[in-house]
Amino acid sequence: MDTRNTKVMNRFDVTSRLIGKLKHEEAVIGGIGNTNFDLWAAGHRPQNFYMLGSMGLAFPIALGVALAQPDRRVFALEGDGSLLMQLGALSTIATLKPKNLIMIVMDNGIYQITGAQPTPAASVADIVAIATGSGLANSAWAADEEDFERLVEEAMSAVEPHLIAVRIDDKPGVGTTRRDPVQIRERFMHGLGVREPL
Amino acid sequence: MAVAEQQTASQVAPGAGDKSWHGIVLQTLKRNEISLVPYVPDRVLTPLISNLHADPFFTTFATAREEEAVGIVSGAWMGGRRGAVLMQTSGFATLANVLASLAVPYQIPLIMFVSERGTLGEFNYGQSLVCRTMRPVLDSLALEHHTITRLDELEFITDRSIKQAVTTQAPVALILNPLLTGGKTFDK
Repeated sequence: MDTRNTKVMNRFDVTSRLIGKLKHEEAVIGGIGNTNFDLWAAGHRPQNFYMLGSMGLAFPIALGVALAQPDRRVFALEGDGSLLMQLGALSTIATLKPKNLIMIVMDNGIYQITGAQPTPAASVADIVAIATGSGLANSAWAADEEDFERLVEEAMSAVEPHLIAVRIDDKPGVGTTRRDPVQIRERFMHGLGVREPL
Repeated sequence: MAVAEQQTASQVAPGAGDKSWHGIVLQTLKRNEISLVPYVPDRVLTPLISNLHADPFFTTFATAREEEAVGIVSGAWMGGRRGAVLMQTSGFATLANVLASLAVPYQIPLIMFVSERGTLGEFNYGQSLVCRTMRPVLDSLALEHHTITRLDELEFITDRSIKQAVTTQAPVALILNPLLTGGKTFDK
């Protein structure tokens, strides 16, 4: 449980490892800023959705997708600062228990993109303890990259929502998402089989 | 015409004979295949919320904040399922950012029902102040909104507004005025 016993990983590397494991057109919701920049940089997929605002809503948006498509696994990538803005979403998800929702928290303990100001996760707040206390029993820190991949595989066949927290370094995202919200949304809907292109 | 449509619907759907405001809202949601209804509770909305919970057609639940509910129905829309959010005036006041950064730019047909407090007998000064911010925010984003005061117009406005939101891929706010719902008064 002690987060300091976990290896400090890299967001782009961890994101790339996740994408490499997706074989069934799983949906991935990328939270605001670096989280979705690295999702973009890991290689665009039609089932990726990139947020360009609405900080803190990656998990709620993913919950909506999960409720709409219960047979598809839905991943959400969120930063510690973003999650701290919307902690109530954890207890909502714990109440609904969608079996197909997997939450990943990239915890660097800073608001990296705004100037690296510290978040409480750097000192006093433990993301996994908060998630567990919110009712998400299947919440764990990834000890290292191999442990992260093991936790992802475990969550792939789970019958309850899972949360995986990853301690990451202070590196910025390695790419920049193309900021075209309508195209992002439309292509995501194509990727989910909701619509056909014109 | 609106009343006639409602009567037609009432012959096929159980409980549709309910001509209360909340009965009409529930049936109109159902007829438009809106099955996901997250909400932040409100006293005036209580009968609607209770009936949504009692009807297995609907997935309805409370969220911690209104913007969370907006995120959920936005995700659901993209996944092919229709939703609507229920809230109170003060809850709408928390939504400017999510409207401007998610619903509007991504062209999400976000359907909002707002139980209007702050007018026609408000007893809480803060509620009356926050109510005055609602329509300017909606207007500043050029969002469609209607204030519903009459029971005989409710079904028409609600049904047409839902259809317009979906076909134009644009949010809509339906403001349920105390003239329609009775509102919340000091002795309640």
